[in-house]
Amino acid sequence: MTGVRHPAQDAKRLVATASGTERESVAWPHRDLLSLEELTADEITVILDTAEAFEDVSTRSVKKVPALRGRVVVNLFFEDSTRTRTSFTLAAQRLSADVIDFTARTSALNKGESLRDTVRNIEAMGVDLIVCRHSASGAPYLIARNVNCSVINAGDGRHEHPTQGLLDIYTIRQAKKRIDGLNVAIVGDVANSRVARSNLHGLLKLGAEVSFVGPTTLVPKAFEQLGANIYHNFDAVIDRFDVINMLRVQRERVTSNVFPSLEEYSRLFGLTNERMKRAKPDVLVMHPGPINRGVEMSADVADGQKSAILRQVANGLSVRMAVMFLCKQAADVG
Amino acid sequence: MPDKTLVIKGGRVIDPSQEIDEVTDVTIAGGKVQAVGEATGHAAETIDATGKIVCPGLIDMHVHLREPGREDAETIASGCAAAVAGGFTSIACMPNTEPALDTEAMIEFVYRQAARADLCNVFPIGAITKVREGKELAEMGQMVRAGAVGFSDDGRGVASPAVMFRAMQYATMFDKALIQHCEDPDLAGGGCMNAGLTSTRLGMPGIPAMAEEMMIQRDLLLARNTRARYHVSHVSTAGGVELVREGKKRGIDVTTEVCPHHLLLTDDCVETFDTNFKVNPPLRTREDVDACIAGVADGTIDCLVTDHAPHGREDKETDFQNAPFGMIGLEVALGLYVKALITPEHCDWPRLIAMMTINPARVLGLKKGTLEPGSAADVTIIDPEMTWTVDTSAFRSHSRNSPFGGWSLKGRATHTIVGGRLNHVFSHENVVSAQD
Repeated sequence: MTGVRHPAQDAKRLVATASGTERESVAWPHRDLLSLEELTADEITVILDTAEAFEDVSTRSVKKVPALRGRVVVNLFFEDSTRTRTSFTLAAQRLSADVIDFTARTSALNKGESLRDTVRNIEAMGVDLIVCRHSASGAPYLIARNVNCSVINAGDGRHEHPTQGLLDIYTIRQAKKRIDGLNVAIVGDVANSRVARSNLHGLLKLGAEVSFVGPTTLVPKAFEQLGANIYHNFDAVIDRFDVINMLRVQRERVTSNVFPSLEEYSRLFGLTNERMKRAKPDVLVMHPGPINRGVEMSADVADGQKSAILRQVANGLSVRMAVMFLCKQAADVG
Repeated sequence: MPDKTLVIKGGRVIDPSQEIDEVTDVTIAGGKVQAVGEATGHAAETIDATGKIVCPGLIDMHVHLREPGREDAETIASGCAAAVAGGFTSIACMPNTEPALDTEAMIEFVYRQAARADLCNVFPIGAITKVREGKELAEMGQMVRAGAVGFSDDGRGVASPAVMFRAMQYATMFDKALIQHCEDPDLAGGGCMNAGLTSTRLGMPGIPAMAEEMMIQRDLLLARNTRARYHVSHVSTAGGVELVREGKKRGIDVTTEVCPHHLLLTDDCVETFDTNFKVNPPLRTREDVDACIAGVADGTIDCLVTDHAPHGREDKETDFQNAPFGMIGLEVALGLYVKALITPEHCDWPRLIAMMTINPARVLGLKKGTLEPGSAADVTIIDPEMTWTVDTSAFRSHSRNSPFGGWSLKGRATHTIVGGRLNHVFSHENVVSAQD
């Protein structure tokens, strides 16, 4: 490649030499990562390739590269999430960034004023990158409109969770060596899932088939118009899937009448050893965590041979390193 | 009140209440319309209306003034200034203030503040239930004595069929319309935009069209049984328009209204997460927009309203789900109606003006919306060809929450005459208001 260098090569060099930050125009043009829907297939591939280059950082004895040395990353979480925050923190630290946790409680009143003021105040302290989690769809867009630093969406309402989508896709690519042509099932509470939406957009762009499986009350028909297959009888279709990604089911859903009981849900849509017998022999089982063992997935399956759940967690680090690295680079250039 | 004669010369006078549509003069004296027809005598003052439309003062029967309670967003005075700037000589204000307009004293308060502002007529709509809670009937009789022109719990519908049934029964005594914000709260369940493809995509809780349709259907049954006068607020769905159409055919005393945004915008506008597109009822689909336009064209929809709903910047500058519902409309509505209805020839000027004058006057029982000799001289002069660009920073409203900033529109009120007094004049060259 001449002229524009592929950022994954940058990352590789970084990992190899463990020194120097480079400023050049890159194939990744975005300062922020707010959703996968707005990315192209090439841009998604750039992130995956960059993540691959970062992967061995995690396996070395000194788990650091200086890509974000002297930079400040703020974890701005308006909604609790120990796992995602920890993953972002470790990823930022492996890039040598300084990391601050800001756990904000949203009060019932003046949320907007405080959100806008909060992010402006944080930015004024010289922050380079905000990692944001919020219970309202679109909140990271509001934040990005109000600051000049990079903003990474770590989950907004039911809208998107782009880094989770990316790490899922990364895990699939790692196991299957391709995305194109695979049939990926996402099973469960799709309606309320930002993970499902990010997976849908990312996987479709890379050429996979995406199938949503779950009760009619949790898998709305409208997703067909966005390109997903919709199924409500898991047993009838389970043998079609190369990957089965099980979503967490929340107990609160029972009181909102989307299904009558967790037992019935588990009977119809839970991934058990029994049901696994009908799946493809090389099926890859995933879950964004935390798992309700015995509800959406039996313990045997979660811990079984086909489960990629812990690999997903490990890959989350590389993917988040890649995203922070690329967004920072784009912000420096632009 | 000026006693001298004012003649509006040579305009296209459109008064649907008298089926007038001709180029002629309107003579005003002593704050009243003296005559429609060629002016012969001496006039102290004349306005040349050549090329313009001269019509009864426009009426907006669905406006939110935030006084009392949220004067930072709008006062009765600032709302009136916005009204006359948009060509409205009369507005009816909804009772969802803090506290609500649910007593005689609150109705009197609105009249007093409107008299102080002295810019246009303000007609308060009283709450159906105390504190708009949907539980106990508000003192409708006493509010009528104080001048309430209709009843509504607008901002929410009366959820209980039993309460609505009693309210309708009771209101028939006063011959006032019950104006319902049709939205079943159970089905709407915390939604913040139309339930559909876009809400699914964005992961936003949706308000299904069914929530509107179900309450209209229920209320039509109640209205048939009580013979109450029933008015569907801001209809937004194809199903809602169809229900009203059928209700009228069955002889139920039902009327309805539509807002400019439900004639021009669809729910995919929300994909930017711009809170200025958050409105209740929510922006719907193309199919719903087309049905609303068809409802205007065939007369199912009686009135055009703005649902002017001011919100301060700090309230709207939040994430979409937590932002308040509403957009302002008084200063842009006329141009938006022209864009939605006149330019694409869905209706003509006489019909448009009827929907903004005599029709709302009839729904609310006002002696307004006409140029009949002897009636109060509320007159609006419209330049139907004037093109202009919406500049929200120039609004007289205290608020700026309009998604139409930057839109190029055709048609604008140039003169707003209230009770014979010229309260607003607009031209590209000079902007003068009675308040300036």
